Amino acid sequence: MLKAWSIRIAVLVVLAVFLFPLYWMVLTSLKSRIDVGTSPPQFVFKPTAANYAKVVRKVTRTYDGRVEVGPSDFPGALCNSLVIGALSTLAAVVLGTLSAYAFSRFRIPGKGDLLFFILSTRMLPPVVIVVPVYAMYTAVGLRQTHLGLVILYAAFNMSFAVWIMKSFIDEIPREFEEAALCDGYSRWQAFCKVVVPQIYPGAAATAIFCMITAWNEYVFAMVLAADTPLVAPYRIVNTQVTTSGTAFEEIAALSIVFLLPVVIATFLLRKHLLRGVTFGIVK
Amino acid sequence: MPQRRFRSLSDDRLKFLLIAPTLALLLFIVIYPLIRSLVWSFTDYGIGSNAAVHYVGLRNYSKVLSDGNTWLRFQTTGKVVVLAVALEFMVGFGIALLLNRHMRGRGVITTLILVPMMLCPAVVGMFWRYIFDANCGVANGLLVIMGFERVEWLSKPGPALVAALVVDVWMWSPFVMLISLAGLSAIPKYLYEAAEVDRASAWFKFRHITLPLVAPLLIVALLFRTVDTFKLFDMVWILTYEGEPLMISAQIYKDAFRARDTAVACATAYIVLVIVIAVSNIFIRYLNRVQLKD
Repeated sequence: MLKAWSIRIAVLVVLAVFLFPLYWMVLTSLKSRIDVGTSPPQFVFKPTAANYAKVVRKVTRTYDGRVEVGPSDFPGALCNSLVIGALSTLAAVVLGTLSAYAFSRFRIPGKGDLLFFILSTRMLPPVVIVVPVYAMYTAVGLRQTHLGLVILYAAFNMSFAVWIMKSFIDEIPREFEEAALCDGYSRWQAFCKVVVPQIYPGAAATAIFCMITAWNEYVFAMVLAADTPLVAPYRIVNTQVTTSGTAFEEIAALSIVFLLPVVIATFLLRKHLLRGVTFGIVK
Repeated sequence: MPQRRFRSLSDDRLKFLLIAPTLALLLFIVIYPLIRSLVWSFTDYGIGSNAAVHYVGLRNYSKVLSDGNTWLRFQTTGKVVVLAVALEFMVGFGIALLLNRHMRGRGVITTLILVPMMLCPAVVGMFWRYIFDANCGVANGLLVIMGFERVEWLSKPGPALVAALVVDVWMWSPFVMLISLAGLSAIPKYLYEAAEVDRASAWFKFRHITLPLVAPLLIVALLFRTVDTFKLFDMVWILTYEGEPLMISAQIYKDAFRARDTAVACATAYIVLVIVIAVSNIFIRYLNRVQLKD
């Protein structure tokens, strides 16, 4: 009995430690400028929603003391992140699924080497790739375009999409397609009518993972786009420093809006997290 | 009767068509840029400069390899990788042992602990900047409550390294926990029951049942974490106001885009590439073995 209780308490302590930074982020987002800058940090304070208002409204003080209210650029940044993430995810999942099917079902010369070449593209530090990509994008006019980031994130997610979709397709018995082939379906029709309906849940999980990766990406966005197109992580990190220091309360509110979809997605994905983080190697 | 439009498409043609777009994209985004940067690493090219580019042979490589600064960055990288991965294993495996039992709400608790791993590293780094703020940060607040001195976390190399490790361990211990839990829950109960009959000690059970059976999965986690920590850049770069601990990725970034010494950055990048390929190869060989067992 005592042991059961001590384990419960230990679990609660672990949970508290891991969630504390996020709890602190929520508190910070509800604080006023003054409460954020106080030392020691305040646990009890008068909450304000002003920081969340700044998510959509931009309040600037002119030199002669007037206050000007205009639209904030953050919703646009979220939109850019969403569009770039969605298009690159679509490309990665569609192309990745097609390749995964080929790798799963056909005899391909050098298959092992090809698969590991694809995986190895994910091992490269982004900084190693970003220098030549910067020059190449400048030359072909893809720098500072939505399309440039879409292509990049699609390529970046490709290794993941191929590997995890292959692990899902490997689980579907070949006999289903062979039966379809015997019934006079072509290979492509068998793929569309037999395999595709069965991999929907897996493809959906893969898409959410790809979306999160693109949504979270910072290094390529910083180097290749900066503020055109402005994506949400870049906007949050480069929130303007005010005369009274970094506006951490504003950064916290923007971060909550930005991170919340990922937290929800994590719960949706909970059954697939293990497979997801190991590229389908561990199921 | 199904349509026979694609009948003419043989399996051989089809499999080529299925794989070609993926490989084309990777050639365009990965292989071609890597060839370009290999060429640059033998020149005096600088990004954004219009000056004529000259072939300089191995000068960049000898510069990088004889430069004390680069060596220091590699040492910092090594230190961060070893410390972060070791801590993540202790914390992650410890939590997995704690959670590997029947309890109410286990699924929710596990998922909640996994949340940090899914978040944007840059945004995480930005917010931890506030937590580690010397004046109004909650880290120093807690230290003061416990009767310790304030620490200048982010402006001094030693404390900044500790801060970076704390954030990385917070983010990535859950990854080790997730994989360890999968390994632990797959161990058949009867092994422990048999050991119980033989009156084996808890340590004996851990050493001779738990560890050997979880080891293959732990090695998968180890390799993923090693490669990922080696790549670590944006979280630390933002957390520490672009200061120490400066890892090799940060050095490449600074050389390429701040110092406009792109050729030197490319040469350093190639040295990193050789290391990453070597480590990945160990990884890949091991994965090949694991996959064959399935």
